[in-house]
Amino acid sequence: MSESAVEVSGLTKRFGDFAAVEGVSFAVERGEVFGLLGPNGAGKSTTIRMLCGILAPTSGEGRVGGHDVGREPEAVRERIGYMSQRFSLYLDLTTEENLEFYGGIYGVARERLSERIGWALEMAGLEEQRHRLTGELPTGWRQRLALGCALLHEPEVVFLDEPTAGVDPISRRRFWEVIYGLAEAGVACLVTTHYMDEAERCDRVALMYGGRVIALDSPEGLKRQSVAAGLLEVACEEPGRAVALLQKTAGVKRARLYGAGVHVVVSEPATGARLVREALEAAGLRPSRVEAAEASLEDVFVALIQEAEAGGAR
Amino acid sequence: MASKRKRAMIEARGLRMAFAGLTAVDGIDLEVAAGEIFGLVGPDGAGKTTMMRMLCGALTPTGGTARVAGFGVLTQAEEVKRRIGYVPQRLSLYSELTVDENVGFVARVHGVKGRLLEDRRERLLSFSRLGRFRKRLARDLSGGMRQKLALVCALVHEPQVLLLDEPTTGVDPVSRGEFWEILMDLVGRDITILLTTAYLEEAERCARVGLLHRGRLLAEGRPEEIRRELGLELLEVTCEPLAKGREAAAETPGVRWVEAFGDRLHAATRSASEVERPLRAALEAAGVRVTSLRRIQTGLEDAFFELVRRGREEPA
Repeated sequence: MSESAVEVSGLTKRFGDFAAVEGVSFAVERGEVFGLLGPNGAGKSTTIRMLCGILAPTSGEGRVGGHDVGREPEAVRERIGYMSQRFSLYLDLTTEENLEFYGGIYGVARERLSERIGWALEMAGLEEQRHRLTGELPTGWRQRLALGCALLHEPEVVFLDEPTAGVDPISRRRFWEVIYGLAEAGVACLVTTHYMDEAERCDRVALMYGGRVIALDSPEGLKRQSVAAGLLEVACEEPGRAVALLQKTAGVKRARLYGAGVHVVVSEPATGARLVREALEAAGLRPSRVEAAEASLEDVFVALIQEAEAGGAR
Repeated sequence: MASKRKRAMIEARGLRMAFAGLTAVDGIDLEVAAGEIFGLVGPDGAGKTTMMRMLCGALTPTGGTARVAGFGVLTQAEEVKRRIGYVPQRLSLYSELTVDENVGFVARVHGVKGRLLEDRRERLLSFSRLGRFRKRLARDLSGGMRQKLALVCALVHEPQVLLLDEPTTGVDPVSRGEFWEILMDLVGRDITILLTTAYLEEAERCARVGLLHRGRLLAEGRPEEIRRELGLELLEVTCEPLAKGREAAAETPGVRWVEAFGDRLHAATRSASEVERPLRAALEAAGVRVTSLRRIQTGLEDAFFELVRRGREEPA
């Protein structure tokens, strides 16, 4: 079997005359962590729902674990695990009882189930919480339990739809260690996220906008081919005012808040820094630093989305 | 910012909230000055939402006092309500109403009507760039637009204080940036903002932040003060393979901890200059290819890790 774990070609979903997903193609290999990024409403969740066999595509093809999502949704569902931020755990059951319940739903054989539950508890670092009520667990722990539930039947492919939304940094990190563990074991992981530091950790990412994939590459590759020239990092007083000012300054293509400072893209890298510094000084915003910066994935994301918006993709 | 001492618009003294068997907020002192933007950061279950709910009067504290906009949250609840805008984590919009109707509804609840309502709605919707979507149903808005609409609704009675509970969770980076530009604009108009967030790079933009953990403030102050007081120096490592690099770095003497940040490692040390060389040697000895190793500024996320570690409590 040399087939990819997930193969998507020309996948399209229309609701009436609205194309939620249009002509999307990509492949995810075994053991790969693949990120699906994009603004809300870009079509990420609709894509995932089609690949899980929950929603039938209008046209195009999706194959998961070697099975066609439109024609063999049952076979697909047996081979995948799905977890979203809106996971449904039973809060008045214990950790272990939730796992038993989901093991039953996924049809895990009785003799195999206790071994799998042990595995899930260990993977999620919840062994000591085995008998605790799920409702008492912090969100980050519940999220790992939900992932454990979705993995009991040893799926070949997992779909994680914003699994870490609203979760604190420490729990988010734990969660990613689990994802890496799965990938190492050969599971294909397809993840959506709005955290750009998480996106940086994917092997490859696809950026969706207006139902289409507008970029697909490794994070490094994306950074190389985009915005590299003319990006400046600025530290100054009142960054909010600085952004508003710079957005109206001639020679500035783009300005936005970045961390505690401002990221500015100028048309002429050679003279841009001086221009920005002068504009800020004239406005009394006292720039303490204006330097060329390396583009982060967030810069790339914003640049690509704004270009797509300007092009009127939707 | 510290030079011009302004009056406190939010003041909490020994604020506590104990639910049966759980102390969600355990004696918190907090002060936010007029026109200041303050970020409360912390893990799930740290007490962020409970704090917000006590400050807006939705929850009665089991101990301590709080004053908002100069009035007691418990004793003068009506006065407080008139002066605050609260955006809860779970959105409070009416999904079957249009953008216009949502704003109008909330305005009338606050007694804002007629010409005044029309003027404010016009101004707020254009200010938040929602003007084009006035006739759209709230349920058909994107996540980022919905958050902006909730903010507009919270502003319609012109509050002095805004309480925003995780306003940007689940919102993409482009919309998050726009939302922050709006917040910065509001602060420029002397509105006081207290917000909670799980995005630490956003917290860096706040004038002051509080790191909340298990109902207590682990640290509080301007982001650069918090960084400075930790006495931590960070080394950033780009290397291949990352997992192996992490192991080797963690075992290097002088390295307090190592965390992966995106595709890089952060190694926390007491003295970057002393650890840099042994760290490089240890990585190379382990067969890890180092592409770059440099000192970087300590981020709030690094500070957060360090403080939680110092607390030596079980990590969430």
